Amino acid sequence: MIALSINGKPHRFDNGINVAQVLEKLELKGKRLALERNGEIVPRSRFKQEMLYDGDKLEIVIAVGGG
Amino acid sequence: MDQLVISGKAYTSRLLVGTGKYKNFAETRAAIEASGAQIVTVAIRRTNIGQNPNEPNLLEVISPNRYTILPNTAGCYSAEDAIRTLRLARELLDGHDLVKLEVLGDPHTLFPNVVETLSAAEKLVKEGFKVMVYTSDDPIIARQLEEIGCIAVMPLASLIGSGMGILNPYNLQIIIENARVPVLVDAGVGTASDAAIAMELGCDGVLMNTAIAAAQNPVLMASAMKKAIEAGREAYLAGRMAKKLYSAAPSSPTTGMIAAGGKNQAA
Repeated sequence: MIALSINGKPHRFDNGINVAQVLEKLELKGKRLALERNGEIVPRSRFKQEMLYDGDKLEIVIAVGGG
Repeated sequence: MDQLVISGKAYTSRLLVGTGKYKNFAETRAAIEASGAQIVTVAIRRTNIGQNPNEPNLLEVISPNRYTILPNTAGCYSAEDAIRTLRLARELLDGHDLVKLEVLGDPHTLFPNVVETLSAAEKLVKEGFKVMVYTSDDPIIARQLEEIGCIAVMPLASLIGSGMGILNPYNLQIIIENARVPVLVDAGVGTASDAAIAMELGCDGVLMNTAIAAAQNPVLMASAMKKAIEAGREAYLAGRMAKKLYSAAPSSPTTGMIAAGGKNQAA
């Protein structure tokens, strides 16, 4: 198992998981979002290649109302 | 035709609106429609995880196909956070590089931190962002932001969400006179007359959120703001009459008056 921090909260997943698989498990697949891993943008086109490791920190954002 | 040009694109509306503080997406949509705005700001925030997977998305309501989306850095207190937020926004919006930079200095007043703003602006311009920047009404800072390469300078009229209107028209006038990029008032407008005054001063546009969203009837206020912006712009272009304490020239002719006195006084 690996432990990830996603939007500041702890999550556990099986070893060898990629970004696309995590998004699917979080029911975020296909949503309009942007993702940062350890402070660096992961482009949407790389979600399937980007493997995740123990201790990685993800930030997943969307557009919300604001001025 | 009188148009606002931002980053090479021409807009007929000079009113830019935010999408925060509305009751729901239906009200957001109706108010933005009534405002006639073509540039609409959004904030970037963490998505909910595990709750409401079918929750509608703001960008489905305010479509990037119809509106120019202006992602902001509201809530950021450092250059670093603002830059990270806008990189995420660019990814979220498929490489869209027009952004609104705002770096705040104090959660209580929401005063901008101009030191962090300058630092963030410099890095963002280097990364290819088209930066519309929220700042104080200090003409020197406004000039420095322009020199850095910001494509629009957006001084406050008064503090964010205060509705206090235009507190220092003289500073705004100095900023407008010296700027070679569009100057938009961002923050502080409370009602339609404030927006009209901003435009009469010669601002290229006004960005507002709370003045519409926090009105008793946001959709009606959005319509009022649309008219105020248009009226203020036309008044500016028309060129107002000079002010004087009194006038010896009444509006009606001074000749051709009937004879003094009535029939009772006739000899």
